Amino acid sequence: MSVRVLKPGLLTTVQDGGRPGHAALGIGRAGAMDVPAWRLANALVGNTQGEAALEITLLGPTLRFERAAVIALAGAAIAAELDGRPLPGWTRCRVPAGAVLRLGGFARGCRAWLAIRGGFALPPVLGSRSTDLHAGLGPFGGRPLQAGDELPVAEAEPLPDDAVQVAHWQLDPRPWSDDGVPLALLPGSHHDALDTASHRALFDPAGFIVSKDANRTASRLDGARLRLHAPLELVSEAVLPGTVQLPPSGQPIALLAEAPVTGGYPRIGQVAAVDLPRLAQRRPGDAVCFRPCSPDEAGQRLAARQRRLARLLAAIAQRLHGNA
Amino acid sequence: MTPPGIRCETIAEDALLLRFGERIDAAVSAKVLAAAARLRQALPQLECVPAYASLLLRFDPAAWHGHEQVQAAVHATLEATDAADIASRLVEIPVCYGGDFGPDLDALAAHAGLDAAATIALHVAGDYRVAMLGFAPGFPYLLGLDERLAMPRRADPRQRVPTGSVAIGGNQTGIYPAELPGGWHLMGRTPLRLFDANAASPALLQAGDRVRFRAIDADTFHRLARNAPA
Repeated sequence: MSVRVLKPGLLTTVQDGGRPGHAALGIGRAGAMDVPAWRLANALVGNTQGEAALEITLLGPTLRFERAAVIALAGAAIAAELDGRPLPGWTRCRVPAGAVLRLGGFARGCRAWLAIRGGFALPPVLGSRSTDLHAGLGPFGGRPLQAGDELPVAEAEPLPDDAVQVAHWQLDPRPWSDDGVPLALLPGSHHDALDTASHRALFDPAGFIVSKDANRTASRLDGARLRLHAPLELVSEAVLPGTVQLPPSGQPIALLAEAPVTGGYPRIGQVAAVDLPRLAQRRPGDAVCFRPCSPDEAGQRLAARQRRLARLLAAIAQRLHGNA
Repeated sequence: MTPPGIRCETIAEDALLLRFGERIDAAVSAKVLAAAARLRQALPQLECVPAYASLLLRFDPAAWHGHEQVQAAVHATLEATDAADIASRLVEIPVCYGGDFGPDLDALAAHAGLDAAATIALHVAGDYRVAMLGFAPGFPYLLGLDERLAMPRRADPRQRVPTGSVAIGGNQTGIYPAELPGGWHLMGRTPLRLFDANAASPALLQAGDRVRFRAIDADTFHRLARNAPA
């Protein structure tokens, strides 16, 4: 059982929850850029073990399913056609053997996840099937998918409504979508080193624009050039997804899922974890603005979202097993 | 809340950063690594990421009652145990210096005001310690470079530095575990494999390891490279 890549799309990678725990060896976590969307896509096809899915960026791939499969799309709304007929997102769909799925572009947002029942059965590297493009780790030697790639799919138990083409129910994507609101920013170690004008500019509602220089590692933000009172002499220290660094150019850089493990620029803030999926959906040209946020508020919002996600995952599992 | 000499910052919902100093310094690094060793033993549920002068602690926010509880546990651990010396391995790194293996050796020698042989001798005589890994999987930043070998980074970074290159950037020295872009001066190359994701222990060197370099000739380099696990 496998899926053949006919066209790879702009940047399609295999991703799961990433490989935590190896940062001391210089190995980042990588993993899906929008973890709730990846988990929900998996849940919709009955996967519960953090299975690997495809992360699709800006322009989707064309895939041929060698055998019948059950798939789901989540994340930003993406144009999708299965053998020429539109395929809805945020629900579970049956794909017949030999079918061709053409994924197109996004009206808003820039990333979606395609999960498949059983998950993509590629060999894990350091416990994860996540592709780390920068480090060259993961499936296919850490590179994006190419035409001709074959994606093996793990066998999985059938579920009661497997014969149904498209489930008669659908998740509401709105709570999990980017609403364009300001991103919560925790203060960074060197936040107080910003000069007064830069401090104001960082939280200006006019904000920043995601530059063309955006990828899985980081989004560079165009806008006001930020400056420090005086230059800081810093030595490299650990950084995280969400860390906002200020290089000498004055253009802030927000690190994303594939953040390196160390960096040496001043850290002026940390995007609240609960808002990282929003940032991951902003494409070059999209606006980004920040609002100040305390660690307590960020922690509470994160915990609340985790509870909401857990409830939804449980409800989906119940429905798939016919107990709804 | 925090032992003297250490500043503790809340840097993310799931992370604290302990700061032990501000610069690259062997004594500060030793404190960082000793704290990391004690915390790994006492609180294995924390992920410890040492850097030159700081230590990142990452935790599962669902398993703790806020940063305060983590900070209290960290404090208790660092207070309760003596700052004993960390156990460290000694790893010998064979290096073929100069020529195609180290195209910047002559520039480094000229900068130091030495000839190539004396420059190599100075590098080989050093007693190094891995302060941290970063930049790329398995890339070690070493302390212990003789000041005379320090040299500002290249104005024009190379797009491709060969795997195994032993290099100097400012007062830092390191080894490229893979072919990567880089602005450091290349002194030589080791045939040893510094990183293998599929090995039981993926990185040859870990923070705290002591390192010594040994000069080898090109024949030995090629022989060792052939024998290195693919």
